[in-house]
Parts: sequence; structure tokens; C-alpha cells
Amino acid sequence: MNAPLPAEVLKQHLIDPEICIRCNTCEETCPIKAITHDSNNYVVDPDICNGCMACVPPCPTGAIDNWRLMVRAEAYGVQEQLGWEELPGEKALPETAAALPADDVPAATDLAAPAPFSAPGATVPPWSAAHPYVNLYTHKTPMTATVVGNYRVTGVDTESDIHHIVLDFGELPFPVLEGQSIGILPPGLDAQGRPHHARQYSLASPRDGERAGYNNLSLTVKRVTEDHAGAAAHGVCSNYLCDLAKNDKVQVIGPFGHTFLMPNHPRANLIMICTGTGSAPMRAMTERYRRRIDTGENGRLLLFFGARTERELPYFGPLMKLPRDFIDINLALSRETGQPKRYVQDLIRERAASVRELLADRNTCIYVCGLKGMEVGVLDALRDVTVQGGQDWSILHDALRREGRLHFETY
Amino acid sequence: MSGINYTDKIPNNVNLSGDRTLQRALEHWQPNYLQWWQDMGPDGSHGFDVYLRTAVSVQPDGWAHFDHVKMPDYRWGIFLAPQDGQRKIHFGENMGRDVWQDVPGEHRANLRRIIVTQGDTEPASIEQQRHLGLTAPSQYDLRNLFQINVEEGRHLWAMVYLLHRYFGRDGREEADALLQRSSGDSDNPRILGAFNEKTPDWLAFYMFTYFTDRDGKFQLCALAESSFDPLARTTKFMLTEEAHHMFVGESGISRVIQRTCEVMNQLKTDDPDSVRAAGVIDLPTIQRYLNFHYSVTIDLFGADQSSNAAIFYGSGLKGRYEESKRTDDHQLKNDTYRVLAVENGKLRETEVPMLNALNEVLRDDFIRDSVAGIGRWNKVIEKSGVPFRLQVPHKAFNRQIGTLAGIRMSPEGEILSESQWQANSHKWLPTPEDRAFVASLMGRVTEPGKFANWIAPPVMGINRQPVNFDYVRFN
Repeated sequence: MNAPLPAEVLKQHLIDPEICIRCNTCEETCPIKAITHDSNNYVVDPDICNGCMACVPPCPTGAIDNWRLMVRAEAYGVQEQLGWEELPGEKALPETAAALPADDVPAATDLAAPAPFSAPGATVPPWSAAHPYVNLYTHKTPMTATVVGNYRVTGVDTESDIHHIVLDFGELPFPVLEGQSIGILPPGLDAQGRPHHARQYSLASPRDGERAGYNNLSLTVKRVTEDHAGAAAHGVCSNYLCDLAKNDKVQVIGPFGHTFLMPNHPRANLIMICTGTGSAPMRAMTERYRRRIDTGENGRLLLFFGARTERELPYFGPLMKLPRDFIDINLALSRETGQPKRYVQDLIRERAASVRELLADRNTCIYVCGLKGMEVGVLDALRDVTVQGGQDWSILHDALRREGRLHFETY
Repeated sequence: MSGINYTDKIPNNVNLSGDRTLQRALEHWQPNYLQWWQDMGPDGSHGFDVYLRTAVSVQPDGWAHFDHVKMPDYRWGIFLAPQDGQRKIHFGENMGRDVWQDVPGEHRANLRRIIVTQGDTEPASIEQQRHLGLTAPSQYDLRNLFQINVEEGRHLWAMVYLLHRYFGRDGREEADALLQRSSGDSDNPRILGAFNEKTPDWLAFYMFTYFTDRDGKFQLCALAESSFDPLARTTKFMLTEEAHHMFVGESGISRVIQRTCEVMNQLKTDDPDSVRAAGVIDLPTIQRYLNFHYSVTIDLFGADQSSNAAIFYGSGLKGRYEESKRTDDHQLKNDTYRVLAVENGKLRETEVPMLNALNEVLRDDFIRDSVAGIGRWNKVIEKSGVPFRLQVPHKAFNRQIGTLAGIRMSPEGEILSESQWQANSHKWLPTPEDRAFVASLMGRVTEPGKFANWIAPPVMGINRQPVNFDYVRFN
């Protein structure tokens, strides 16, 4: 599953229903009536709360002191919170979002926040990026899309069941850019009888459609059968999507994301570093470049792509058919029999000369997408490559962020 | 009005220094209070540094200031919620008029009685809990006990201020008497029955803070609606502190239940004897404690039909819980309420004038609130997969006050003969053996972050401190 590229981050104020004793102190204290309750729960309305913290010291339990970094469009609504038996866990937020300067987060809440981290990537798009549309369709006003294609893109003999799914919007507008994501609302109710949360997926197709000139887009969806720790887990939305048949209808929200966007100026180079379904935005950007190959204005494409085996590489076949002078492909396979384990960061170091050359060109943008764990490894590799070239990484890293040239999307 | 003058002997936000007579009267009462605290306050605790919250202002950002203090040095003060100047009487015969800033002569006796009855419960609970510190299951719990004690002390101050300020010599005499009565004293007991019961162990303490302090909440809520503005503002601020007391009760029982269920799952047993042998409190015993504290507490609301309650409401002295959120005529002259009565050996509901049934109305509000929390306890049991659920007994179970007093009834609501009651009451109310067993578990745990075997640690500490913080320095 791909992580979202949200437009706006909200530090959402929540009350832990397992600790709260429903004493009404917070509701009584709130100066702007952002807190309400029913017979089950006391909850904070995300549309009203301004994080003034007036309710926090008077709360006798500490239940009031819960905060979640959320994509604003995904914020838990009052009705949803009223139905809670317990707080939902932290949702992994894409780095591009977490790094946003969330203006709506009051300084006082920093007390409650986890230790601040310096964002690894940029919080602005490249200067030549097209202007994205975001949040056109929300939970309250979702768009209905039609499935026009759904097929597996990994070998049937592999554990990794990754599907390429094409959704069509008919006559209704759903303008997107490469690097953006959309939200899918899986049908049905969870164990508590409430609608499932939306899940977000990056586009795998370029802005002019999976099929050029058509109002459609594609997603790369891995069927989730286990969690990050390897325990059995049934992914509600990924299984729903992977099992869809042609002509099925899907509820869609979005688009999301306004920084993980590709440059549009001539001779812009892309370094793309991804693993598994993190290849989706890379496929979208690559396809964008491929469709304008005849203009002769393309810069260089350098791809580092990691998976366990070749057969688990989504889009392996079509990728390998691309001309070598169009894209420089580097595959890192961690579990190919008879070969030593290799990760994307190893390949980056091996290709140090090319990477350095591209990094030195201000027309180069770097995109990283995949599991959160790869972030540190990739940054280390980029630093090593830079330092070996006699350059100061911290200065370059700063410039890459400031100029919107280094983007992470990890989950 | 909101600033607190800490150079005064008595911190306050009522401009005490502007009324010399009153200030002197309170300064005269203060040493008696401190002496009472030394004699009847938490046993052996006077040298401890306790991590307590102290109100430094009544504004939300300033009323909870935390630090280690010795309890006799706690700054008990007089704090009223801010006056808004706009308040109108919003129920009863005087509805629509300005609230009273002084006591109207015709209501003087009733108001004094209401304030004395409320005030008497505050030192009473400190007396009831004075030995618990010797058997606290952790520093965290000891600190919570002491926090409750100092705040009950402050609530006494709040009522004494009203008595001194608005009731002259009578008030001063009543204020002195508040320090002279003593919980459980056969010659000079506290006014209300539940406040003369013992709080012998921590299970009883948590039940008391869950049920009996919740009675306090509902009484304070009803008084916070009062047409007598100083009483309304005083009780409004007291409510903010009262919430912590109910938290201690609700989370305390919840942690006891959690620990019991953990052990039941480890041992794969639901046999109470095996559970007890493992050193935790079996769920049926918890149910019996619950039955006792619930039934004793709902008696505190008074007789189910009461002309006093009607007078207090009609004259605007005491409103209903959430009076201002209700949408009726706030007069209630033409309304009725259904109350339980026994006729020919059977329980039936009868319709009575609402005004006379206001004690029952408040009792029913309390019951709803209590039941909701018990539902949260049951979720803890349910989460652990144990097939047991706690429940409140029937409203007529074990009652001593009102129409239902003395009726022999099972927790399920079945009317019993005296012999049936005698044969079965040990299943429903804590027996001497139950209390002896619970008492046998009570041993003091003083190491930070360590907890007695019979109770689970809390999920978080106080004021964002870790659970293993040194909440009490024993010196």
C-alpha cells in the first residue's frame, strides 16, 4: 500500500475514551465550545478546536492530552469519535506531510508532542511543478469511479500479490499529477459497526491518464496479508481492491499531495529510489517522461528499485523494455537465490559517480518512496556519496530541501 | 477578583483583606483547622513532601499548579469561580430576577442548613480516610489519596467562608461545629450516615470515591445552579477539583479489576478461592463492595418524597443537575414523576408531584452516571475475556432512607422475607470475612513505580510525570 501525499497536516486533539471518566470538566472549561459529548464519549470537534490548551490542566485523568498528526481531510469527525471504545493507533503519516510546517499546531502543544525531528525531505515542491488540485472530493462528497482493469503484476508463484488497478471517472473531473495520491473508501463496517477509514494510494499513472487522453488513473496495490512484524493481518482495503472485478464501482476521495511533485522544466533529471509498491509514483513519472520522449527535452532518469526477487518487482517486464538511454535502471534484490543480498543504498554507493554528477546539477530532483525503514539508509548513502566527492552533505541536504528537490514518501 | 494574594495568611480571590472583620474571623478559625488537620488528618503524613496540585488562579491555565509540598503547609484558600454579573435566577418562583449577592432573610435558615450539610461531608471524608496512607498500594495512589484529602480540606474552607461571610454569629458557630463533629463518633457524629461508615481498606476507598464523591458531584452541580450567587460560584470551582476524586475511584477499581482478570487468565480459573489464594481480589467480592457502597450512597440523596426539596427548588436555593441545559418551564408545578413504593408486598411505581420528588430526580441522574462508569469497568473485564459482569443492585436494595427503607430485597429486585434476607445477604454485601481478606492484602508499597500485587499500575502518571516518579518523599 502506498502512503498518502496529503495537502495539510492537522495536529488533531483527541480524548482517550478508556481513560476519560466523563466528568464534563473539559466541556465546561472550553472557551469556544469545541468539546461535546453523548452518552458514550466526550469528543473534540476538529473543525472548532484551536488547540488553546485551556482544557488540559483541569482534566483530572490525562485522557484529554492526546494528539494525532493527521492529514486534515482525514481528521476523525465528531460522529466517528462518539462511537469509539478506544483511541485508534497512530497512523503512519508520510514524511512529506509530517514535515510540513503545520501552522495550526499551537506552540503549547509541543509539550505533548514527541521529540521534534528534522524533516529529511523538502516541504515545498520543485519550482517548475504544476499546481496540484487537492481535496476536491471528501468523505462527505466522495466520487464514484468504475473499475476498468485489475490484474496482477507480480509472478503468481511469489508471496507478494501486487495488483495494477485502473479506475475510470467517466465525464466527471478528477485532475491529478504524478506523485499525488487518492483515497479509497472501502465498503462495509468495522467491528464496531462504523464505516472503515479511507486508505490512500499513490497514482501509478501520469497526469493525462493510464491510457493517454482518457479520464482514468491506475493504482499499485499490494494485498496485505500480514503486518510489518509478519503477523497475520487482513488488509481491509487492499483485499477489497485486489478482488474488484471490471465494472465494479469504487468510492474515491482526494486528490491529495502538493509537494511530492515532479519538475516540468526541460532537462530536469530525476533520481528515483523505491521499493515494492513505492514504485507507483516512479512509474507515473517515468511514464510522463516516456510520453514526451519525442520532444527531446527530457533530462536523465536514474532509478534504484528494490524488491526481494525479480518476480516480486511490480512492472518488471514493461520496465525492462524501456530503452537504456531513456532510463538508467538499478535493481536491488534482497532475496534472489544464489545472489548476495543487495539493498537500494548499496546500489546508490556503487553508482556514486553518476549520483554525484546528478546531485551537482540543480536540475535534479530526488524522490524516495517505500517502507519507512529505507529513509535512514538512503540518507546515509547520499551523504557518503557526497562526502566522498569532497562536498559537505549538510549544506547540500539543506539546499535540496530548500529548493524542493528531495522528497520522501514512506509508510 | 481573580488574582490571589499570597501575602495573605489565607490565599483568596475574594478580596478578603478588604473586610477586616471577616479576615480576622477566618484567621481565628484557621489555627483550629490546622489543629484539626494535625489530629484528624492523614495519619503520620505531616512530614512528607507530596506532589500536589494547588490552585494559583481560577482560570483554566492556572488553577492546577504542581509541586512537592508538606500537607500542613498546603495553601488552603478561598476561590470562587469568576462572577459574570449577568446571572439571572433561572428556576423556581423568582425566575428571571437578578441572582442574590446576599442571603435573603426568608431563606437564611435553609441556606445555612444546605451549606452546613455540604460542609460537614468534607472533613468527614478526610477523617474516614485518615489511616489509608499506612497501607497505600503505591506512591502514586498515596499521592492521589493526599490530593483528595487536601482538596476536601479546601472544600471545607469554601463552605466555612460562606458561613463566616454571610451568616454572622450563627455561621461562625456552625463553622466551629464542623471541626467538632467527628466521623463515626457516637456522641457527636457527622450529619449524614454514609460519612460515619468506615473506609477501612483501599477497595472501600476507591468505591467511596467512585460512588460517594459522585454524590458530592451531583449535590455540587445542583448547588452550582443556586440563586445565591456566592454559593453557585463556590461550588462551580469545587466541581473542577471533585472530578479528580471520581477519577481516583473509577481508575482505582478499574485497575483492581484489570489485575484480577490478569491473574484469572494466568491461572485459567474463575474460582474465587483460587483467585484469593493468588493474592488478588475476586470479582464477586468486588461486586459485594459495589452493592454496599452504591446502596449507602443513594441514601444520601434523601427521602424520595420531600417537601424540603420542593421548597429548596421553588425558592431557588438548589436547582436540578444541569438545570440550565433542561428545556422545561423550570417551575415544575404541573409535572409529575414516577417513584417506587411498596404496596401489599409488591413494588410499584406511583406518580407524585415532581417538586416533591426532586431528591429522586437527582438520585436517578446519579444512577445513570454511575451505571455508565460500571459499563467502562465491564469493558475491562470483557477485554480480558472473563465471563463476569458487574452490575448495580436494584434501587430498593439495602436502603435505610425514604419509602424503600428497610425493605428486604435482593439485588435483582425480588422482595424477600426476613429469613430469606438473613440466609442470603452474605452473598450480596461484604461479609466480615470479605473485609478481613481485603484487609489482609493491604500492605504499604513505598518504592516509586512499584505496585501492590492486587492492583495494576495506571496507564499514565500525574501531570505528565512518569508512573515511577517520586510522588511522595517520605523524608
